[in-house]
Parts: sequence; structure tokens; C-alpha cells
Amino acid sequence: MSPAWNTPVLPAAAAALALALAACAGGARLPPPPPQTFSAAEIEKGAELAKLADCQGCHTADGGQAFAGGRPLNSPFGTIYTRNITPDPRTGLGRYSREAFIRALRRGVRFDGAELYPAMPYDHFAYADDEDLGALYAYLMTRRPKDQPPTPNKLIPPANIRGAVAIWKALFFHPGRFQPTPGRSAAFNRGAYLVQSLGHCGACHTPHNFLDAEETSKPLQGGVQEGWYAPPLNALSPASVPWTPEHVYSFLRTGFDRDHSAAAGPMGSVVRELARAPEADVRALSVYLATLMQPSPAAKGAARPADHVAQAAAAQPAGARLYAGACAACHDAGAAMMREGRPPLQFATPPQEDRPTDVVQVILHGLQPATGPRGPYMPAFAGTLSDAQVADVAAYVRARYSDRPPWKDLASAVAKARRQGGEG
Amino acid sequence: MSLVLTVNGRQHTVDASPETPLLYVLRNDLQLNGAKFGCGLGQCGACTVQVDGKAAYSCLLPVAAAQGRAIRTVEGLGAPEAPSPLQKAFMDEQAAQCGYCIGGMIMRAQALLDANPRPSEAHIRAHMQPNLCRCGTHMRILRAIRRAAGLPVEAASA
Amino acid sequence: MSVEAPSRRQALAGGGLVVAFCLAGPAFAQGGGEGGGQKPVAPGLPGSLKTTPWLDAWIRVDADGRITVFTGKAELGQGIKTALIQIAAEELDVPPQGLRLVTADTGRTPNEGVTAGSHSMQDSGTAILNAAANVRMLLAQAAAARLGSGPDAFDTTGDGAFRSHDGRTVRYGELAAGLSLHVAAQPNAPLRSRAAPRRTMGRDFPRVDIPAKLTGGEAYVQDLRLPGMLHARVVRGPSFGTELTAPDFAAVQATPGVVAVARNGRFAAVIAEREWTAVQALQRLQQAPWRRTAPPLPEGRPQAGLGGASQDQVIFDKPGGAGGVRTVKARYSRPWLMHAAVGPSCAVALFQAGQMTVWTHTQGVYPLRGALAQLLRMAPEKVRCIHVEGSGCYGHNGADDVAADAALAALAVPGRPVRMQWMREQEMGWEPLGCAQVGEAQASLDASGRIAEFRYEVWSHSHNGRPTTAGGLVAGAEVEPAFPPQTPRPIPMPEGGGDRNAIPIYAVPAGRVVSHFVRDAPLRASALRSLGAHLNSFAIECFMDELARVAKADPVAFRLAHLEDPRARDVVSRCAEAFGWAGRRPSDGRRGSGFAFARYKNLASYCAVALEVEVEHETGAVQVGRVVAAVDAGDVVNPNGLQNQIEGGIVQALSWSTVEEVGFDQAHRTSFDWSAYPIARFKDVPRSVTVQVVDRPGAPFLGAGEASQGPASAALANAVADACGARIRDLPISPDKVKAAIGV
Repeated sequence: MSPAWNTPVLPAAAAALALALAACAGGARLPPPPPQTFSAAEIEKGAELAKLADCQGCHTADGGQAFAGGRPLNSPFGTIYTRNITPDPRTGLGRYSREAFIRALRRGVRFDGAELYPAMPYDHFAYADDEDLGALYAYLMTRRPKDQPPTPNKLIPPANIRGAVAIWKALFFHPGRFQPTPGRSAAFNRGAYLVQSLGHCGACHTPHNFLDAEETSKPLQGGVQEGWYAPPLNALSPASVPWTPEHVYSFLRTGFDRDHSAAAGPMGSVVRELARAPEADVRALSVYLATLMQPSPAAKGAARPADHVAQAAAAQPAGARLYAGACAACHDAGAAMMREGRPPLQFATPPQEDRPTDVVQVILHGLQPATGPRGPYMPAFAGTLSDAQVADVAAYVRARYSDRPPWKDLASAVAKARRQGGEG
Repeated sequence: MSLVLTVNGRQHTVDASPETPLLYVLRNDLQLNGAKFGCGLGQCGACTVQVDGKAAYSCLLPVAAAQGRAIRTVEGLGAPEAPSPLQKAFMDEQAAQCGYCIGGMIMRAQALLDANPRPSEAHIRAHMQPNLCRCGTHMRILRAIRRAAGLPVEAASA
Repeated sequence: MSVEAPSRRQALAGGGLVVAFCLAGPAFAQGGGEGGGQKPVAPGLPGSLKTTPWLDAWIRVDADGRITVFTGKAELGQGIKTALIQIAAEELDVPPQGLRLVTADTGRTPNEGVTAGSHSMQDSGTAILNAAANVRMLLAQAAAARLGSGPDAFDTTGDGAFRSHDGRTVRYGELAAGLSLHVAAQPNAPLRSRAAPRRTMGRDFPRVDIPAKLTGGEAYVQDLRLPGMLHARVVRGPSFGTELTAPDFAAVQATPGVVAVARNGRFAAVIAEREWTAVQALQRLQQAPWRRTAPPLPEGRPQAGLGGASQDQVIFDKPGGAGGVRTVKARYSRPWLMHAAVGPSCAVALFQAGQMTVWTHTQGVYPLRGALAQLLRMAPEKVRCIHVEGSGCYGHNGADDVAADAALAALAVPGRPVRMQWMREQEMGWEPLGCAQVGEAQASLDASGRIAEFRYEVWSHSHNGRPTTAGGLVAGAEVEPAFPPQTPRPIPMPEGGGDRNAIPIYAVPAGRVVSHFVRDAPLRASALRSLGAHLNSFAIECFMDELARVAKADPVAFRLAHLEDPRARDVVSRCAEAFGWAGRRPSDGRRGSGFAFARYKNLASYCAVALEVEVEHETGAVQVGRVVAAVDAGDVVNPNGLQNQIEGGIVQALSWSTVEEVGFDQAHRTSFDWSAYPIARFKDVPRSVTVQVVDRPGAPFLGAGEASQGPASAALANAVADACGARIRDLPISPDKVKAAIGV
């Protein structure tokens, strides 16, 4: 728990602010319009935007009905369960008018005026056009309603008091409007709009401060979410091969790129939706993101793929032995997986990252194909290797496949990642 | 390289290069048949054994990394004349067709029951997800696990 | 004991006839290339007694009373051993526990061709049933002589003896000592199973092979460990139709632990003392680039090969068809499918003193022996093939090829057994596949909503690439000089190959069915469980639902209205009743029910499947809930074993029909492991599957291993259409296809 929350004044102030906000928000409690008032075109557009925003990814529980909520999201302050956004009149969006819905996405205020936790990325949705938010509303309001009451959040005080969010907002939530960059292509600006607004890429890829707010001064410079590290998407990109628009497109569309790596962790569900989003929008995202990453070391020729077999074996003999029996059957030359065009590890981003988080996560918990049953897969080693063995493998991978210094604190990184994952 | 392994409660000294996957040592050096080669890639679970109580892919565990850890194979559960409760449940349900996957199935299910003696249907299926059966014996395998757990043998209705 | 040892006589007789079979080609393949392997010598006898009428080829009774039963069929995990033991025990009236069963072995058992086509119960079960009845009859005659009483004056005791009504007993062993069983079977030996209360047939006798499989016993060819055995891996390109260019054999040969690199032309295998050494050597060799040796593949067009030149045959023609007022047309397809056994193919071979012995999980030891003899340029009698179980067998997979690979490797290290196992990517890259197919249906309905005319056309490659010559083996094309590839061939009606089940079982006043056999296939094609019956039953049973919808009829009622065979009607009704079809939950946009029925090959088991699904509107994902099937497989020997087969067939077919599709680009198959060829896992399988068995005691055995695939696939498609209106005619029924059909 961070020191700021220990100050006794804040909760009281938060409660007062919340009451004030609730009072002024009351007027938005209008009845929702009947489904038939939405045009087919608007619903269709909303469907596309919902994919770009990956609404399903967060608002669907494992094995549950789409959009009915209930998925646990881990935050530094505990677990938040996502809400039911089907049009159910008792437990879902059925309680929201169009205006209330837009207000919720733009300002983080619930239909009844209560605060919404910033796990909902309204700090990004605030940048979306009303027209787009309206389309999203039309789409969600035409889904099959599901009566599914919310799962109570498990948050530590004072984060468990919704009013505290008002303080948070006062401190960190100052959205503006999206501004296109003059002189850039339409695709670039479309990509920029999607990244900043509905795509909410910064929710993972921007570092967060001690109160879990995005550090807006460091956009897309890399962040931690759900125990995974989302690497920088700008000049700080640690990739060993430059990201061109084609590479980014391949990654976003299929979950892997031959010259980089496979989507893992929370990126999986993003890719699952982007694989089915309009191609032009995913291309726009790719143009914009590749442009952001243009000044990266790889693009400037200052980083390149590395494969230091002999040095790594000398530096990390235990890791080398483990790698030879546990990893080489897929990742070394002559393996079927290599022959079939899956990227060799020196092309992958995680071994290049400043922290071992992703390498450790993917060893412990593996990865599943992102876009369907077919695609890159890695088994979870959580049950097979001990913490120390995972650390040895990670150290070897770092030594062999990057030119960067060894990671520190591997043991604690493994212990932490194991706590966050399943049982394997 | 001489290595000491603890398999089914007994110590064995084997001579193998340290990176050799445990699977080959179990099968060829210790002459244990239960763990099977299916893919060598951690994709099918035919090689599943228990290591320190957890289900592990023996095809991806270098033998050097298995030293000092408790390894259990399906041979360590029981024999035809004295099957373990889980093996008995598989017999009662006639839960095998070709049976090639079954040793791995039993070991993964045993790891679940050791940790959670009365798992839910969803939990059982999620836990068994890494193991493949090609003959389509899934319904009987699930019944056998439920039976061993003392749950109603028929699936809970959705 | 007067019984002549069957081994030598069988080997000689079988060998000569195998060659004749090979030379004779498709004409003898009547019955499938799937059923018996030889020309009948006693056509009047039932089952495989037609080809092997001698009783001692099937049953041996030792002087100590010990009984051994021989079958030319192989245990594939289908439970055939248990069923055959039950049959023999019932007819001989002995406890099943005491019987010994010897399965397919060219040195010991009759030649029953291949274990395929759901023929084992019909061929071998029927033969053993009647042979055992004959043996009991001969024993009874001997007992009558011994006891000095009439043949009706005593009964079997159930434990291997006769007891006269005045209380005297004589055991089978005592009688057998003076009795020759080297006599031909009589066609009408009285069947105990028809007259007396049964002791073992019709009961859930536990499968004899299961205990070892659950406890790590030696159960598979993969588990064989012979003294001095070496481990081998074969060296190949990524898939059929490719080769490695210049692999670094010299480096591998110099590796400690590598015993030999066996080479013959393009064939190469690395042989090592330890298995891991061989695996690592293979990975090293696979670093070499590869190239395609065959014509490019039609990337992205799964059914493209079916557009090639075809041999067309009208297999059903019933002129007429007046009175149709509405015409319905539809086109159905399936992609290429894999067997994809969980354990890659494996064999052990030993070349010693000029004799090659191969332990193999082939479906046909005799045909394999012929092909191997040719490949090795050895006399057939110098080659012995012994069946040992392998990982799941669903048709012609890599079993025969790996046996050849093992044998070629063994030639390089005489006197030492060689265990050869394929790697995962070799199994998926090189095994023969079940081919893509297309079926087009057209029917007209009369004013009352009945079918007035039914037309169907099917396009298929061969389902019969089983090796009968060395050219049918992968290695046959690699050795120098190479053997010419086998010509792909159709399987004639009434069983059929690509056109299996293409003729509707329904009573139609007029119709026409055309089978298009497309010889040249882009990928390697052979037999996969149920062959063409999968696509044809899928197509016809989906089409019946589409017709019922146009006719505004209930799908089950519509089928019954066109079914005359009382057993078919019975199975349909039993399934519908057990499922609760009449009172089923009405479809509501996401939940629905589907029904389908077929009689396998129109002459084997009857099977109906009803199931319910739930469709996730937003993703198109389909979850199968309750599945109920009914099956009539004739006289049921082991109800639980029958249920196991039907259940397994349903679950496997649902996997085929929802996720499976062999991928390929222009150069090779891209489905190289389970991530590139996923199959259903535990979260994907139905909530429950129950199977109603319709028993027909005394009726002929009907094979059931392939009865449920077609109906299960069609019932799924029908349920999805019922649930959400998405009629998916091209397998697999993937979430993306369902989602595209239901829209936003």
C-alpha cells in the first residue's frame, strides 16, 4: 500500500466530492431507447469499434456470456471484477441512456452518479468522438441481455470506497480532446486517434504511478499490467529488429510476427479482437505505432539480433543445460518450430527488455494461440521447473540472445510471477 | 554423468547426459512404460508425471533438473492387482480406448486430486486441458476423475 | 496332440496368396481393400472361414485343456481382443479368463487382410464364433464316444468339460489329445449362443488390455525393449513430397553414441545406443535446407485437387421424379483431415540370420509383409510381421511406413534390434491423410412435402493408399532404385470409398447418385476412419434437415417418413425418445438441437445421434451440451465396448467438425504439431454423451467403429442451424464461420 492512501484526510474529502458529483449527475438518469431505434449501420460501426477497444476482453468472464462481465482484473489495490455491459435492465447497460453511457465512458461516472474505478480506461475513452461512443452504445444495447449481478470487488481500503476515486480524478484525470497532427497521413492520424482513445494502448504500455494512474508525461514508454510488462511502443522499443508497419500489422492481426515474437499475456485478447477488426483500422494502428518506434535503437542500427551460444554457456552453465533439454526442441536450429517460420528467440522482444518479467511469465505460464485454436503455443513450465531453474533459464536466455547486461533479482521476479499465475 | 533420481520413493543412479529429458531416462534406463513420448514439445501431456506433487511434462524436464525432486509415475500409484483409487476408477469406467494417453491423464488428474480432493466440473476440465486424447475417451476420463473424487459420476448439468 | 503347428503351413499358404492378392489388384479388393485379404477357398462358410476354413488355424486345445484362439485382426484400442475372447468363450463354453488370444502375426495367425472398415467383428468375430462352435461339436462327438452315450445325454459345464446326465465328466483337454482340428469348418455347427443362456456374450466383460494400460504395463510397440536394442530416427524433409538437401551426415556419424547412419538412396536413418542421442542427431541433420520434390500444392484452396480429371460412375439410378414442386440444392465439403495419433508411429525390427522380424502396429501384417519383402528384396517367408499395439489407430497412418523405416535401418546393424519412432512433426508431415471431399445434393419435394427425387454427386480422391507394394511405402520412393508409386484406387461398391454412404438410405421414388473419383491428389491420401461416409453422411443428413425445413416438417418425422427398414426406424425412434426430441427446448437464437442418422456403408451398424448446442452470438463459438446416440450393431458381444466405440467416434467427429483442417502452402504441409493442427481438448468436448444400445441377439455382427462419425457431424451442423439459423455446409464449423453467418 502506498503512503499517500494513509493520510486520513483523503477519504473524507473523497466522500464529500463524490456526494457533490452524484448530486449534479442525477439528471442523466434517462430511460434507454428501445433497440429498434438504432440503425444497422450504427450497430455495425459499434461492433467494429468494440473490437478495436477489446471490450469483450475485459467484460467477459472465462466461460461466461460475452459482455456480461465478471472477469477479475488485478490492480495494486486488489481485484476489480468487470461489470455487465449487456443491455440487461437490472444489472447491465439497460440502466443507461445514451447520454449516461457517453458520460460514463468520457467522465467515469456510473448511471447513478457514482464513480467508476479507473480500471475502466475512461482516461482514454474521453478522447473518443461522441459519434463513436454512440455507435458503441448502439452495438452494446443490441446484445443479448444477461441478468448477471456484479461480483463484489476485493479492494483494500480506502480504494474500496468509490468516492475515493474522485480524489484520484482530481489529481490525475484531466482529459483533453484528440488533436490530429497536421501534415501526417490520414492513416497516421486514424491510428493516433485509435491508440489514444478506444484502443487505450497506454492502459498497459504507459507506466503507471503509485496510485495506478498513467504517467502522461511518459506515453507508451512501457508499463506493467496483470503481472506482464508491456514494452515501450516508441523510441525506447527494445526490439532487436525494426518494427515496420508490415511487422506491426502482422503482429496485431495474427498474434505473431516472423521477425519479432508472439503475443502473450493480456495482449492475447487484444489480438483476438484485432484479428477481426476492420483491416484499414489495424493498418492505421500499424502505421502510427511503427512511426512512433522509428527512432528506436534497432531502427537506427544500434541494436541487432544476438546469439552468443558459447559465451552464454560459459556464463550460465546451469541455464545452458536446462535450455538444451527443456527449450531447444522448439527454439534451436533444426527444430520443427524453427523450420516452420516461428521467430527465433534473438528476434523476440522479451529477452531485450529492461526487466525479466515477460521472459519469466512466459516460461512459467506459457502462451496460447491468440486468434483461435491455431497458432503460436508454448507450454507452461510452472509445474515442471522450480523457481531456481526458471531463473537459470531466464539468465541463460538473456546472456545468449541479447547484448544487454544480466538481469538482477531474477529470483524475486520468478517468485512474484508464480504468485500471480495459475497452478500450471 | 552419474545422476541420482528419486522415482516412486526409490533412489536410482543413472548414467545420462544432464540435459536428457527425464522421459527418456524413465523409459529406457528405468524401464518404466507409463510416461509416453507424444510430442516432445509439451503440447499433449502423454509424458505427464508428478514432480514434487505437481503435474509436469517429463519430455521437457532435463534429468539433471529432476535430481533431488520427488518423481512419481503411474507405476508408483498401483498395479493391476492393487490399483490406486484413481486407477480403479479408470478401470470401473473402462476409461481407455487405445490408452496411449491414459498414463499421462491419470498423473495429471492425480495432481489435481492431491491438491483439491473435490474439484468442480469446470476446474477438472481446466486442469486437464493440457492433455490430449485422440480416441475421444474424454467423457469416460472425466467420469473416472469424478468417481475417484467421490462426485456424482454424471456431469453437473449446465 | 495332433494339431499341426499352424505357423509353417500358414506362412506358406498365406505368402502365396498375398502375392496373388497384390497382383490381382482392385478386383480382389472387393470388400474394401478393407476386409479379408485372400481369395475365398470356401465361399459357403461364414466370415473369414471363407478364406481360412481350417479349425486349427483359429483354435487350439492343448492336452492340459489350455485353449488358444488365433485371429488375423489386430487390437487397435477398439477392444477387439476382449470381444473375440468373449465370443470364443461363449461358444466353447469356457471361462473367458482362461483363454489365450494370439492376434495378427504372419508367423502364427490366419491372413485376414487388414483390420479396417469395421470388419473385425463381421470377419473374425463370425469366423471364431463358428470355428468355436465347430470345435465344441467335435469335442462333443469325442465326448459321446468316450462316455458311450448319445450326443444329447450330456452338457457343457461352463469350465471346459462335459458332464453326462448320469454325473460323469470328461474335460476338453482329455478329448483334444485324440482329436485333429486340422479339418475344415462345417457351415452349420449349432451355435450355443443362439440356444443356451449366454454366460459371457452380451455382457460388459472388462477389457483385457485396460489394466496394463492404466498401470504402466508393457502394452505398446513403443514399450518393447529387446536385448541390445538400438534407437533410430529417420531423416526426412518436413512433409510428404519434400527432401532435405545435403544434411551433414559426416558430423553426425562422428558423434559419440551414434552407431550408424543407415543410407540407401535418399533414405537415411540415424541409429544410436541411446534414444536422446538419436533425437539430437536428427535435429542437427534437420538444420539442412529442404526442397519440394513434388508439384506445388494449391495453397489456400483445400478442395482444389477435386477439380482434376475424374473417373465418373453412376452408382444409383432410379428414373422418374415426376411430381416435384419445389427443388432444393446444396453443396457440402470437408477439408483434409489427419489421423494425428497421440503417439507417433513406431516399430522395432531385427535382421538376423537372413530373417527380418518386424514388430509393428500396422493394420495388416500380411499386406505389409508383402510390401516389405519387395522393399528389402527378400522372399516373403523371410519376413515376419508381428502386430503389437500402437497409439490410437483410425485408419492408414504412419504405421506401415515406420515399419519399413525400421526394417531398412535394421539391415545396417544385423543382429541388433532397432526401435524406430517418428517425431511429432514427422507423423503430421508424412502420414497419409483423409482427403478433402465435396458433395452436391439436389432434391425436389412433392406437394405433400415428400421427396420426389433425390440427386447426389460426390467428388473424392482415393481412400485406399494402403501399401500392397513397396511403392506404397514412404521409403519405397527413397531407396535406390526407387519403386514406382502405387496407383491410387477407388474402393468399389457396395462398401465404397469416397462414395461410401453416398446412396441415400431413405426411400426415394427416383434419384441418381454419381461418384467422381479424382485419382491425382495434391496431398497423400488414404483411409481415415469412415472414409467417404463422413462427408456423405454429413451432406445427406444436413440436406435432410434442409429439406424438412422447406417441407415444414419435424426433422425426425421427416426422416421416419422416408425410412422403410424397421431396424433403421427403430434406431431413429430410440434415439429421439432417449433424447426427449419431442419435448426438446425450442431454439431461441442461441440454443438448439440437431438430429442425424446413418447406417454405415448402408450395410453395417445403424446409428442415430441427437445433440444440443449453445452458440455464443458474439464469437460464434459452439458448445455441445448433451449428446444421445442409439446404435444397432447386430448381436452385441460387449455393450460397454460398443458404447465406448460410439462415444469415441462422436467426440472425435466433433473435433474434426469444429477445429480440424490440414494446412498447407505451396511447398509443404504447414500442420506440423498440435499448435498447427489443434484437436478438441477437455473444455471443448460435450457435457455428456450417452449411448443406447439396441441389441439383436442372434443377428450377424455389424462393425461399429465407424458408425457415428457421419451422424455426429451432421447432428452438430443441424443443431447450430436450429440454434441460430447459421447453416454451415463447409467443415469445419468454426466460430468465425458461424459468426459470419449470424452477423452482428
